[in-house]
Amino acid sequence: MTDLSLSNQSVATKPVPPNAATAFRLPTQWIGVAPFFVFTLMFLIMPTLYLVIGAFQTGEGGFTLDNILQLVSDPSISNSYWVSIKISFWSAIVGAFAGLAIAVAIVRGGLPSWVRSATLTFSGVASNFAGLPLAFAFIATLGRVGIVTVLLRDIFNLNIYAMGFNFLTTWGLIVVYLFFQIPLMVVIIVPAIDGLKKEWNEAAATLGATQWQYWRMVVIPVLFPSFLGTVILLFANAFGAIATAYAFAGPQLNIVPIKLYSQINGDVLHNPQLGYAIAFGMIVITGLANVFYIWFRTRSERWLK
Amino acid sequence: MKSGKFWAWVVFGIGTAYFFIPLLATFEFSLRMRRGVHSFDAYQVVLGDPRFQATFLYSVVAAIFTIILGVLIVVPAAYWIRLRLPQIRPIVEFITLLPLVIPAIVIVFGYIRMYGSNSPLPFLASDLGASALLVIGYATLALPYMYRAVDTGLRTIDVRTLTEAAQILGAGWATIITRVILPNVLIAVLSGAFLTFAIVIGEFTIASLLNRPAFGPYLQNIGANRAYEPAALAIIAFAITWGCMSLIQILSRFAPKSANRPN
Repeated sequence: MTDLSLSNQSVATKPVPPNAATAFRLPTQWIGVAPFFVFTLMFLIMPTLYLVIGAFQTGEGGFTLDNILQLVSDPSISNSYWVSIKISFWSAIVGAFAGLAIAVAIVRGGLPSWVRSATLTFSGVASNFAGLPLAFAFIATLGRVGIVTVLLRDIFNLNIYAMGFNFLTTWGLIVVYLFFQIPLMVVIIVPAIDGLKKEWNEAAATLGATQWQYWRMVVIPVLFPSFLGTVILLFANAFGAIATAYAFAGPQLNIVPIKLYSQINGDVLHNPQLGYAIAFGMIVITGLANVFYIWFRTRSERWLK
Repeated sequence: MKSGKFWAWVVFGIGTAYFFIPLLATFEFSLRMRRGVHSFDAYQVVLGDPRFQATFLYSVVAAIFTIILGVLIVVPAAYWIRLRLPQIRPIVEFITLLPLVIPAIVIVFGYIRMYGSNSPLPFLASDLGASALLVIGYATLALPYMYRAVDTGLRTIDVRTLTEAAQILGAGWATIITRVILPNVLIAVLSGAFLTFAIVIGEFTIASLLNRPAFGPYLQNIGANRAYEPAALAIIAFAITWGCMSLIQILSRFAPKSANRPN
């Protein structure tokens, strides 16, 4: 009883704000972010969830794992995943090493400063130069009547098509994808290399380390998490890309995004639920890649403050 | 260190060759339309094509609406989070990064299933609705870039002090956002806008699946049917991307300076 009266008293002595003010405060707290949440919920989260749920449903709405299992059992689908993963993996690895080499060259190579700023500006442009125009550029360069193809044939007597080169092979596509993968790597990794402190090199030298030891024991361990993180980002970047490859071959090329594109456009698999499952598989792969990316990112930020 | 410099030049030289040979080759190829001489015929044909003009105009208008929609969604949210709701920042940052995780083709597939003619919100039942859905899809794709640009811009100004000063002078929320906050982050918003423009102008997947008369599907069509025009279009597209990036660089020089960004 005394407790109750005490609490009553405290409520009574506390200056209670007028009711109208509390009613007014609540919405203003959220009104600025409301459009953002309504928009992302309606046009980003719900459409994605719709597909994810659909991947586990039969046409009639019951629960099933058949669609997911079919991703593995249908050889044309599992093959398209495999080709996509291969292209994304190798274009990410090669792009990352090439981008790293260029980044190290422009930051630490003692090149004039205009080289650095020109490379960074160009990388900003080229990393956004994906899609159809990129494919056109490569067809004009290395296509059957492309200029480099013709020059190699006429001057060096090298017929690259007779040697097995083709844009529609895994390596053909990788060569093209590198045009946006390498610059993206440069854009992301240059700040990380800038974060390597000069003092570390001096400290290593004072302790008698050779340049190679400094690289092996300081630079590589420090850069490794952001390097690996960027590789994963490049992987996801290539995995979702469709327009460039579509321009080379149209709907025939067997990579996942094109498979899904054909499915949406013409229901080629005659089973919309299977389309949901393909989309779900793409989300899982890029999602996993990004989980790793965030993980490596937080680890690298420890050093690069 | 001499050999280090030598290798740096070698790497830079190889990189330059890989990136410039395709561009130079494309440019040279685009000039070859008339037999035996170099001419700008391909550009003339492309620029004079009424379908080029129509689709390009359509994409420019779509890009402008995308930028407006993006600003309306992102600026109030980023501002409000800085001012009142810092605790939900991680959630919002996570959401804005989702379009980088979920491929565009998956997002548009969801739209087609959710907003078809027979759905409660039939965006795809009319032409105008489908175009609106296209703009919405582009705004979603641009979300990561727009949010980061605006948030970086807000970091350089003292949001709280500016807001309090404006409130003391009797300004309402609409006035604060449009006349105090927006002008201060305008340069950041513009750099986000140009990046959005560069992304939207040649986008193929969403426009094609929503069946819109945009520039991306036109590019695809030309690429499949012509020889020299695609090369000319690639050069034009590269020039547009280049223009947008240069504008971002120029604008960033005018960005407000502060303790957080001393240079």
